[in-house]
Amino acid sequence: MKNNKPSIKQTFDISAGNFSVAGSASSRIKNMLKRIGIDDKIIRRVAVATYEAEMNIAIHSHGGTLCIEIFPDVIIIVAKDKGPGIKNVALAMEEGYSTATDEIRAMGFGAGMGLPNMKKCSDEFDIQSTLGVGTRVEMKMYNKE
Amino acid sequence: MLMKVKVLCEKLGLSVIAGNEYLNREIKSGYCCDLLSLVMSKADKGCCWVTVQTHPNIVAVASLLEVGCIIIPEAIQVEDNTRKKAEQEGIPILSSDMNGFELCGRLYSLLGEGR
Repeated sequence: MKNNKPSIKQTFDISAGNFSVAGSASSRIKNMLKRIGIDDKIIRRVAVATYEAEMNIAIHSHGGTLCIEIFPDVIIIVAKDKGPGIKNVALAMEEGYSTATDEIRAMGFGAGMGLPNMKKCSDEFDIQSTLGVGTRVEMKMYNKE
Repeated sequence: MLMKVKVLCEKLGLSVIAGNEYLNREIKSGYCCDLLSLVMSKADKGCCWVTVQTHPNIVAVASLLEVGCIIIPEAIQVEDNTRKKAEQEGIPILSSDMNGFELCGRLYSLLGEGR
Protein backbone atom coordinates (compact mmCIF):
# COMPACT_ATOMS: atom_id res chain seq x y z
CA MET A 1 0.00 0.00 0.00
CA LYS A 2 2.92 2.31 0.77
CA ASN A 3 4.45 2.89 -2.62
CA ASN A 4 1.27 3.21 -4.62
CA LYS A 5 0.86 6.53 -6.29
CA PRO A 6 -2.68 7.85 -6.28
CA SER A 7 -4.33 7.11 -9.57
CA ILE A 8 -7.13 9.65 -9.15
CA LYS A 9 -7.89 12.39 -6.66
CA GLN A 10 -10.85 14.73 -6.80
CA THR A 11 -12.29 17.29 -4.39
CA PHE A 12 -15.88 18.58 -4.41
CA ASP A 13 -17.16 21.72 -2.69
CA ILE A 14 -20.32 21.12 -0.67
CA SER A 15 -22.36 24.20 0.18
CA ALA A 16 -24.37 24.54 3.37
CA GLY A 17 -28.14 24.51 3.51
CA ASN A 18 -29.01 23.28 0.07
CA PHE A 19 -29.88 19.82 1.34
CA SER A 20 -32.96 19.08 -0.73
CA VAL A 21 -30.86 19.10 -3.90
CA ALA A 22 -27.60 17.84 -2.40
CA GLY A 23 -26.21 14.51 -3.54
CA SER A 24 -24.58 15.58 -6.77
CA ALA A 25 -21.01 15.11 -5.52
CA SER A 26 -21.76 11.53 -4.41
CA SER A 27 -23.44 10.90 -7.71
CA ARG A 28 -20.39 12.14 -9.66
CA ILE A 29 -18.11 10.02 -7.47
CA LYS A 30 -20.25 6.98 -8.15
CA ASN A 31 -20.14 7.51 -11.91
CA MET A 32 -16.38 7.97 -11.72
CA LEU A 33 -15.94 4.64 -9.89
CA LYS A 34 -18.21 2.90 -12.40
CA ARG A 35 -16.12 4.22 -15.28
CA ILE A 36 -12.92 2.89 -13.71
CA GLY A 37 -14.58 -0.48 -13.24
CA ILE A 38 -14.53 -0.70 -9.43
CA ASP A 39 -16.49 -3.64 -7.98
CA ASP A 40 -20.24 -2.99 -7.55
CA LYS A 41 -20.26 -3.86 -3.85
CA ILE A 42 -17.50 -1.35 -3.13
CA ILE A 43 -19.24 1.27 -5.27
CA ARG A 44 -22.37 0.86 -3.18
CA ARG A 45 -20.44 1.29 0.07
CA VAL A 46 -18.70 4.39 -1.28
CA ALA A 47 -22.02 5.75 -2.58
CA VAL A 48 -23.72 5.35 0.82
CA ALA A 49 -20.74 6.81 2.70
CA THR A 50 -20.25 9.80 0.40
CA TYR A 51 -24.01 10.54 0.31
CA GLU A 52 -24.21 10.59 4.10
CA ALA A 53 -21.06 12.72 4.33
CA GLU A 54 -22.39 15.14 1.73
CA MET A 55 -25.76 15.40 3.49
CA ASN A 56 -24.09 15.96 6.86
CA ILE A 57 -22.07 18.85 5.46
CA ALA A 58 -25.14 20.33 3.74
CA ILE A 59 -27.43 19.95 6.76
CA HIS A 60 -25.20 20.55 9.77
CA SER A 61 -22.18 22.61 8.72
CA HIS A 62 -21.21 25.98 7.30
CA GLY A 63 -20.01 24.23 4.16
CA GLY A 64 -17.04 22.03 3.37
CA THR A 65 -15.43 19.63 0.96
CA LEU A 66 -15.63 15.99 0.01
CA CYS A 67 -12.41 14.52 -1.32
CA ILE A 68 -11.91 11.09 -2.84
CA GLU A 69 -8.58 9.50 -3.60
CA ILE A 70 -8.48 6.21 -5.45
CA PHE A 71 -5.42 3.98 -5.09
CA PRO A 72 -5.24 0.53 -6.66
CA ASP A 73 -5.85 -1.15 -3.32
CA VAL A 74 -7.76 1.40 -1.27
CA ILE A 75 -10.24 4.24 -1.67
CA ILE A 76 -9.83 7.12 0.78
CA ILE A 77 -12.66 9.59 1.37
CA VAL A 78 -12.16 12.73 3.45
CA ALA A 79 -15.14 14.91 4.40
CA LYS A 80 -14.10 18.20 5.95
CA ASP A 81 -16.28 21.09 7.04
CA LYS A 82 -15.90 24.59 8.43
CA GLY A 83 -17.81 24.07 11.63
CA PRO A 84 -19.61 24.45 13.95
CA GLY A 85 -18.17 21.09 15.10
CA ILE A 86 -19.80 18.27 17.08
CA LYS A 87 -20.23 18.71 20.83
CA ASN A 88 -20.24 15.01 21.71
CA VAL A 89 -18.77 12.77 19.02
CA ALA A 90 -19.49 9.52 20.91
CA LEU A 91 -23.16 10.47 21.12
CA ALA A 92 -23.25 11.52 17.47
CA MET A 93 -21.93 8.08 16.54
CA GLU A 94 -24.92 6.39 18.24
CA GLU A 95 -27.70 5.22 15.92
CA GLY A 96 -30.78 7.40 16.29
CA TYR A 97 -29.05 10.41 17.86
CA SER A 98 -29.53 13.56 15.81
CA THR A 99 -29.49 17.33 16.28
CA ALA A 100 -31.47 17.99 13.09
CA THR A 101 -34.46 20.32 13.28
CA ASP A 102 -38.07 19.13 12.98
CA GLU A 103 -38.30 20.67 9.54
CA ILE A 104 -35.30 18.67 8.31
CA ARG A 105 -36.62 15.49 9.94
CA ALA A 106 -39.97 15.92 8.23
CA MET A 107 -38.09 15.69 4.94
CA GLY A 108 -36.72 12.29 5.93
CA PHE A 109 -33.26 13.49 6.96
CA GLY A 110 -31.89 13.54 10.49
CA ALA A 111 -32.64 9.91 11.33
CA GLY A 112 -29.41 9.83 13.32
CA MET A 113 -27.96 7.19 11.04
CA GLY A 114 -25.57 9.17 8.88
CA LEU A 115 -22.37 8.69 10.85
CA PRO A 116 -23.18 5.06 11.82
CA ASN A 117 -23.93 4.30 8.15
CA MET A 118 -20.60 5.85 7.14
CA LYS A 119 -18.74 3.77 9.71
CA LYS A 120 -20.51 0.57 8.63
CA CYS A 121 -19.50 1.14 5.02
CA SER A 122 -15.84 1.75 5.85
CA ASP A 123 -12.97 -0.63 6.57
CA GLU A 124 -11.31 2.17 8.53
CA PHE A 125 -13.17 5.14 9.98
CA ASP A 126 -11.85 8.17 11.82
CA ILE A 127 -13.68 11.27 13.02
CA GLN A 128 -12.14 14.38 14.55
CA SER A 129 -14.23 17.34 15.57
CA THR A 130 -13.42 20.62 17.29
CA LEU A 131 -16.18 22.95 18.43
CA GLY A 132 -16.05 26.24 16.59
CA VAL A 133 -13.55 24.86 14.07
CA GLY A 134 -15.06 21.93 12.20
CA THR A 135 -15.26 18.21 11.64
CA ARG A 136 -13.06 15.90 9.60
CA VAL A 137 -14.13 12.36 8.75
CA GLU A 138 -11.75 9.98 7.02
CA MET A 139 -12.94 6.69 5.59
CA LYS A 140 -10.99 3.93 3.90
CA MET A 141 -12.51 1.20 1.79
CA TYR A 142 -10.14 -1.59 0.74
CA ASN A 143 -10.40 -2.25 -2.92
CA LYS A 144 -10.40 -6.05 -2.78
CA GLU A 145 -11.76 -8.06 -5.68
CA MET B 1 -40.57 -12.45 -9.23
CA LEU B 2 -39.29 -9.95 -11.81
CA MET B 3 -41.79 -7.46 -13.20
CA LYS B 4 -41.39 -4.59 -15.61
CA VAL B 5 -42.24 -1.11 -14.32
CA LYS B 6 -44.91 -0.74 -17.00
CA VAL B 7 -46.57 -4.01 -15.92
CA LEU B 8 -46.65 -2.74 -12.32
CA CYS B 9 -48.29 0.44 -13.64
CA GLU B 10 -50.95 -1.53 -15.50
CA LYS B 11 -51.70 -3.94 -12.69
CA LEU B 12 -51.87 -1.30 -9.95
CA GLY B 13 -53.24 1.61 -11.95
CA LEU B 14 -50.18 3.79 -11.30
CA SER B 15 -49.69 6.99 -13.23
CA VAL B 16 -46.27 7.95 -14.56
CA ILE B 17 -44.99 11.28 -13.18
CA ALA B 18 -41.49 10.98 -14.66
CA GLY B 19 -39.29 8.57 -16.56
CA ASN B 20 -41.62 7.36 -19.32
CA GLU B 21 -38.60 6.08 -21.25
CA TYR B 22 -37.51 3.72 -18.50
CA LEU B 23 -40.67 1.65 -17.97
CA ASN B 24 -39.10 -1.52 -19.39
CA ARG B 25 -36.83 -1.76 -16.38
CA GLU B 26 -37.29 -4.94 -14.34
CA ILE B 27 -38.27 -4.59 -10.69
CA LYS B 28 -36.85 -7.24 -8.40
CA SER B 29 -38.20 -6.34 -4.97
CA GLY B 30 -39.84 -3.61 -2.93
CA TYR B 31 -38.86 -1.34 -0.07
CA CYS B 32 -40.96 1.13 1.89
CA CYS B 33 -39.49 3.87 4.10
CA ASP B 34 -39.40 7.66 4.40
CA LEU B 35 -36.14 7.99 6.36
CA LEU B 36 -33.51 8.50 3.70
CA SER B 37 -30.59 7.12 5.72
CA LEU B 38 -32.49 3.91 6.34
CA VAL B 39 -33.30 3.64 2.64
CA MET B 40 -29.65 4.30 1.85
CA SER B 41 -28.50 1.43 4.05
CA LYS B 42 -31.27 -1.09 3.32
CA ALA B 43 -32.95 -0.69 -0.08
CA ASP B 44 -31.83 -3.08 -2.82
CA LYS B 45 -30.67 -2.23 -6.29
CA GLY B 46 -33.57 -2.70 -8.70
CA CYS B 47 -36.33 -2.40 -6.09
CA CYS B 48 -39.43 -0.26 -6.24
CA TRP B 49 -39.25 2.27 -3.41
CA VAL B 50 -42.44 3.50 -1.78
CA THR B 51 -42.14 6.88 -0.03
CA VAL B 52 -44.22 9.95 0.80
CA GLN B 53 -41.14 12.19 0.42
CA THR B 54 -41.34 14.22 -2.78
CA HIS B 55 -38.33 16.61 -2.69
CA PRO B 56 -35.51 16.24 -5.25
CA ASN B 57 -33.18 14.45 -2.85
CA ILE B 58 -35.21 11.23 -3.23
CA VAL B 59 -33.94 11.08 -6.82
CA ALA B 60 -30.34 11.36 -5.58
CA VAL B 61 -30.95 8.45 -3.21
CA ALA B 62 -32.69 6.37 -5.89
CA SER B 63 -29.98 7.06 -8.43
CA LEU B 64 -27.10 6.24 -6.06
CA LEU B 65 -28.76 2.93 -5.12
CA GLU B 66 -29.94 2.23 -8.67
CA VAL B 67 -33.48 1.82 -7.43
CA GLY B 68 -35.78 0.65 -10.25
CA CYS B 69 -38.56 3.17 -9.61
CA ILE B 70 -40.10 5.38 -6.92
CA ILE B 71 -43.79 5.05 -6.09
CA ILE B 72 -45.58 7.88 -4.27
CA PRO B 73 -48.80 6.84 -2.46
CA GLU B 74 -51.98 8.84 -1.72
CA ALA B 75 -51.61 10.81 -4.97
CA ILE B 76 -49.27 13.21 -3.15
CA GLN B 77 -48.16 15.99 -5.46
CA VAL B 78 -44.55 15.66 -6.60
CA GLU B 79 -42.40 18.80 -6.75
CA ASP B 80 -41.50 20.00 -10.22
CA ASN B 81 -37.77 19.97 -9.47
CA THR B 82 -38.06 16.35 -8.40
CA ARG B 83 -39.75 15.41 -11.64
CA LYS B 84 -37.10 17.21 -13.69
CA LYS B 85 -34.26 15.60 -11.78
CA ALA B 86 -35.87 12.17 -12.19
CA GLU B 87 -36.00 12.69 -15.96
CA GLN B 88 -32.31 13.64 -15.96
CA GLU B 89 -31.26 10.71 -13.82
CA GLY B 90 -33.53 8.18 -15.52
CA ILE B 91 -35.58 7.24 -12.48
CA PRO B 92 -39.29 6.56 -13.10
CA ILE B 93 -41.59 8.17 -10.52
CA LEU B 94 -45.06 6.66 -10.30
CA SER B 95 -48.08 7.89 -8.42
CA SER B 96 -50.82 5.86 -6.76
CA ASP B 97 -54.20 6.80 -5.25
CA MET B 98 -53.77 4.02 -2.71
CA ASN B 99 -52.34 4.64 0.74
CA GLY B 100 -48.96 3.16 1.63
CA PHE B 101 -50.43 0.12 3.38
CA GLU B 102 -52.66 -0.89 0.50
CA LEU B 103 -50.01 -0.15 -2.09
CA CYS B 104 -47.32 -2.21 -0.34
CA GLY B 105 -49.76 -5.08 0.18
CA ARG B 106 -50.57 -5.13 -3.53
CA LEU B 107 -46.87 -4.84 -4.46
CA TYR B 108 -46.00 -7.67 -2.12
CA SER B 109 -48.54 -9.99 -3.67
CA LEU B 110 -47.17 -9.18 -7.14
CA LEU B 111 -43.44 -9.30 -6.39
CA GLY B 112 -43.42 -11.98 -3.70
CA GLU B 113 -40.83 -12.07 -1.02
CA GLY B 114 -38.02 -10.32 -2.86
CA ARG B 115 -37.28 -8.56 0.49
